Amino acid sequence: MKKYRIPSKLYMLLIFLFLYAPIAVFIVLSFNENNSATNIEGFTFKWYAEVFRDRILMDSLKNSLIIASLAALISTILGTVASIGMYNFKGAPRKLFQTLSNIPIINPEIVTGFSLMLFFTFLGNFAGFEMGFLTVLLAHIGFCTPYVILSVTPKLRQMDDHLYDAARDLGCNEIKAFFKVVLFELLPGIISGFLISFTYSLDDFVISYFTCGPKFQTMPIVIYNSMRRPRYPKISALSTMLFVVIITILIIVNIRDIKASKKNKN
Amino acid sequence: MKKMICLALICLMAVGAALTLGGCQSFEGGEINVYNWGEFISDGSDGSMNVIAEFEEKYNIKVNYTTYETNEQLYTMLKESNSSYDVIFPSDYMVEKLIAENLVQEINFDNLSNYKNVDEAYKNKSFDPDNKYSVPYSWGVVALCYNKTMVNGEEIKGFSDLWNENLKGKILMIDNSRDAMAIAMTLTGGDPTNATKADIDKAYEKLVEQKPLLKKYVMDLVFNEMEGSQAAIAPYYAGDIYTMMGNNEDLDYCLPEEGSNYFIDSICIPASAKNKEGAEKFINFLLEAEVAKANAEYIGYSTPNSAAFELLDDEVKNNPLIYPPKEYLDKCYLFANLPQDVYDYMQTKFTDVKAQ
Amino acid sequence: MKSKKLALPYAIWMAVFTLVPLVLILINSFQDSNGNFTWDNMVKAWEYRDVFLYSLKIALISTLVCLLLAYPMSYMISRLSEKAQSIIIMLITVPMWMNFLLRLLGWVILLQDGGPIDTVLNFIGIDIQLKDNDFAVILGMVYEFLPFMIMPLHTVMSKIDKSLIEAAQDLGANPFRVFSKIMFPLSIPGIISGVTMVFVPSASTFLVAKYLGGNRQMIGDIIEATFNSNRNIGSALSLCLMVVILIFIILANRFGDEEAVGV
Repeated sequence: MKKYRIPSKLYMLLIFLFLYAPIAVFIVLSFNENNSATNIEGFTFKWYAEVFRDRILMDSLKNSLIIASLAALISTILGTVASIGMYNFKGAPRKLFQTLSNIPIINPEIVTGFSLMLFFTFLGNFAGFEMGFLTVLLAHIGFCTPYVILSVTPKLRQMDDHLYDAARDLGCNEIKAFFKVVLFELLPGIISGFLISFTYSLDDFVISYFTCGPKFQTMPIVIYNSMRRPRYPKISALSTMLFVVIITILIIVNIRDIKASKKNKN
Repeated sequence: MKKMICLALICLMAVGAALTLGGCQSFEGGEINVYNWGEFISDGSDGSMNVIAEFEEKYNIKVNYTTYETNEQLYTMLKESNSSYDVIFPSDYMVEKLIAENLVQEINFDNLSNYKNVDEAYKNKSFDPDNKYSVPYSWGVVALCYNKTMVNGEEIKGFSDLWNENLKGKILMIDNSRDAMAIAMTLTGGDPTNATKADIDKAYEKLVEQKPLLKKYVMDLVFNEMEGSQAAIAPYYAGDIYTMMGNNEDLDYCLPEEGSNYFIDSICIPASAKNKEGAEKFINFLLEAEVAKANAEYIGYSTPNSAAFELLDDEVKNNPLIYPPKEYLDKCYLFANLPQDVYDYMQTKFTDVKAQ
Repeated sequence: MKSKKLALPYAIWMAVFTLVPLVLILINSFQDSNGNFTWDNMVKAWEYRDVFLYSLKIALISTLVCLLLAYPMSYMISRLSEKAQSIIIMLITVPMWMNFLLRLLGWVILLQDGGPIDTVLNFIGIDIQLKDNDFAVILGMVYEFLPFMIMPLHTVMSKIDKSLIEAAQDLGANPFRVFSKIMFPLSIPGIISGVTMVFVPSASTFLVAKYLGGNRQMIGDIIEATFNSNRNIGSALSLCLMVVILIFIILANRFGDEEAVGV
């Protein structure tokens, strides 16, 4: 297999180039003196200062981060448990269940968003609450969970059913067997489900827009509505900072891990 | 991997929490919910005035500020959701519709000491004849923006140039049913103000005829296309054309000879408002000369506030694109609220054009 | 673990958050603006059949391109050390955390006339229009959804026993046979998840065609526009879209099950 190494590295590099090309564009834009996406003239840090001065944008960033973390966490748990439960059904009921669980993905976002707004308004008039943080969170859990199920189910199909039985025979109780054996087997699927949920939640505009109410806004709403009069450099500056923070975290975590594994070897 | 995600999650939550703590401040005067167009208030960038922060400081009232993108979205939220807003910014025809459906309430003008700053020319308009419900905030006309180097020597005169075969593939059309239909109607002899289904049918034919000539339908992307010299001609809002011209020397504007739409975005208080007193304080604050000037400069549209107008740069004051001469405005028309079935018909027909 | 009851919390959740919107669309689709029963919306939806077909075509091509690009990528990732795998998967996800609109705009700038790619192509003597056509729309879709194909494929492939492949090779199977007899059948659950995760959202997505396409519309944009203006027609369109996609998913699942049994 060794002879394939170089072409395969090249291929991966090309895919990464494809994925990161637009990011390079907005990093360049964030230093543009001119408030335009096509006219590059001069180098400036002023947009970075502006981002911190923009309270609406900063508030929305905070809201988005909290919503995305919580929504991803909760839907990962809900979705994993549901996939296991669904897996225990056989034949037609299972298929029906799985198909139904895809519906939030199939529905165009505006349909889901609008009908949830009607639903929350109905409940709100009944129980006396207004839409806000909680309704956005519920809506996000709603559209993230199907993705978790889609990620976990293939791992379940792949898993050897006897593993769990063996653990039980060896004296584990149900819960212990689940955490020691099943969870470990499903972990890659659970993690990718979490990542996908986080991604969709962080970037959702339409459903959040309909369920956010008058006091709460997430970042995509602010960005999308500000496109009426584009502020690309400023928004690019914000995204560049986010990007740098995330990459830094990744590097730090990995350096720590590599160090730890070196110690273990010694 | 597990550790990595845990750590990343903790970091993100910590950032969120840190941002929350930073924003803590108590307000004794209660709070108001303001629902505005995106980018429609001076926000303190580039050394401009931060209108919301100044208001909060002066009156000790907290402002919850959220945004929308179209009049129709605003309408949906007011009608179908239980979100209660205190201050909204609908355009002319939407004001008329909201009044007709009792979704806005009368403003107590005794509380608006700065209302005198508003030019008489923008009061008592057809959409609110006795001026009980609305305060004008910003206005403008729909004009044409074109690239001098790309129009093949054609002289751009009016909307008919959007149907010019010579510019095929370089024409952009506005992606908004009411505006696009109105442009077609000025050429087919329809009445854009009170359009009928027959007017819409004729405009539909005209737009279908135009479609093969188009590069694409655009709203916000027009900035990119025109500033980056990707297209030759586009209809858009005058204040925005002024912004684009600042970013590309080859651009010029044209006030269409046929006359055009003249719009007034107004401030209203929804019927469901919970803090009317605070809302009136906010509106009055927006009418202060300095505040209105800051907003006019930030938004780039024309201001109906004569006290603010006096404070503007001469270059802007004398710019016929932003403040067209009275003779031109007499040729322009305001949109009226259409009956629901006609309005639905118009939107469906426009979608049909695009779907072809 | 063996209990069907585990599905209960989500079943209740679905009953509320899936069925409520569903029922609402169903009712709206067969009502006129006064609330009376009518077939008109469905008739109207039929008029948009070309848009449906166009969207499905674009979505299918995008899904196929995603699969072709992602399959080797996922395989290569799954051959790396566990540490490297997790880093690469993270690196594939991170771009998706940046704002969607901004990334689309990035492509608009990259592809536009006189933009970086156009300049390079002009330099080597190729003069083609890169933006405002189907190519750009498919590129945008592939860009947006590629990670959602790579991830499920990778989770499945990382589990495939390397010794199985080596054993087959030792027994003299050529690479094609190794692929068709071992790799492909074992990765089918991942393919199904990936295809669903890419095809379904790309058929109903909006904005991509608006930003990168010419003057042809995708059904997502049409639904977006009609839903704001005429909710009944908008609902009828979404209902039709949903039925088409559901049929597709059921077919995909059936295909997957049969294959899995056949192995």
